[in-house]
Amino acid sequence: MTDSQWPLWEVFTQGATGEPFEHAGSVHAADAEQALQNARDVYARRGEAVNLWVVPSTAIVASAPSDAGPFFEPGNDKAYRHPQFYKVPKGVKVF
Amino acid sequence: MTPTSAAPTAEDARVAAFEARIAAGESIEPKDWMPERYRKQLIRMMSQHAHSEVVGMLPEGNWITRAPSLRRKMSLIAKVQDEGGHGLYIYCGAETLGVDRHDLVEQLLNGTAKYSSIFNYPTLSWADMGVIGWLVDGAAIVNQTILAKTSYGPYARAMIRICKEENFHKRQGYEIVTTLARGTPAQRAMVQDAVNRFWWPSLMMFGPSDTDSPNSGELLRWKVKRKTNDELRQRFVNLTIPQVQAVELTVPDPDLHYDATSGNWEFGAIDWTEFNQVIRGNGPCNKERLDARRAAHEDGQWVREAATAYAEKHASRATEAA
Repeated sequence: MTDSQWPLWEVFTQGATGEPFEHAGSVHAADAEQALQNARDVYARRGEAVNLWVVPSTAIVASAPSDAGPFFEPGNDKAYRHPQFYKVPKGVKVF
Repeated sequence: MTPTSAAPTAEDARVAAFEARIAAGESIEPKDWMPERYRKQLIRMMSQHAHSEVVGMLPEGNWITRAPSLRRKMSLIAKVQDEGGHGLYIYCGAETLGVDRHDLVEQLLNGTAKYSSIFNYPTLSWADMGVIGWLVDGAAIVNQTILAKTSYGPYARAMIRICKEENFHKRQGYEIVTTLARGTPAQRAMVQDAVNRFWWPSLMMFGPSDTDSPNSGELLRWKVKRKTNDELRQRFVNLTIPQVQAVELTVPDPDLHYDATSGNWEFGAIDWTEFNQVIRGNGPCNKERLDARRAAHEDGQWVREAATAYAEKHASRATEAA
């Protein structure tokens, strides 16, 4: 008896137009079309999505948690990239 | 060197770092390092949970064709479909731990996996649909609301999604119960009978007492569990008794009483012999449930084959056209 484990697809849902796509979970499916249908049935039964992306799980490239420190370090010590770094005269509304 | 005098190893350091992350309230994600034992415990819990969702479709699916109105039938179909979806969310979460859903389903079908003991009780009347939605899903919500804060990210996220949907299940169940409780004497008797049969099995859903729960200490330390079985059971009873009183039903427990000091509804002793019998496969419907699940799996074989053939045909056409 063939009882295939179809490939895994990662599912991303957009809740409303203009919003970002968020990872919702995964589905198994034989092809992209079926992956979209399964994703709709599993992750959008109550209007949770106006758009869906399905991506073969094997196509995802991820950063490694063990290297997270050095990998993200360049962004951690640059306070001057935040507005709070800059002084403005008291009482002046900048924005 | 004997194991007892072993110097701290790289493994010890990693466990310490892992436990420090847990203590700091961080979530553990699939690619993070975790102790093998943490991974195993999660696979065990999540697969049992997913199996329970899937088997949970059977007692209710049994009543879809006999629902008393179109409204009730639509609700019940939607609820049963949700349970299938919940199973898929949790299998998907379990797969992030490096197991295949295929293997987990195989363990369910060959009878080696456990699932919630509640689904091994028969659903004898329509009132059971109300009482299951109210008590069984109600108990599941109490459990799952806390699991939504579990330390493993994918499990927590699946629980948040599930909790939102379970609230519909509970309300539709309580609506059925309310309707019957305010109905004819025969309808009242039917719903009271359903409460009598499902009350104790619902309390057993929280698992063994804390004094007899071998996995609890470790699971609490790793914040896989955030409350003990007994704490959750008490919370469920406290939430539920006012709902029982509101529809003027009773629970089959002569020892039940309100304790003003603790603010708890104190309940009588649970029959753990029955619980252990059902867990070990000797409940009223264990065999029937697994037979139905196997038949459904085998009857769906042609659908899986057709979908595979369709995908292959389209892939080969796309290659030819290129």
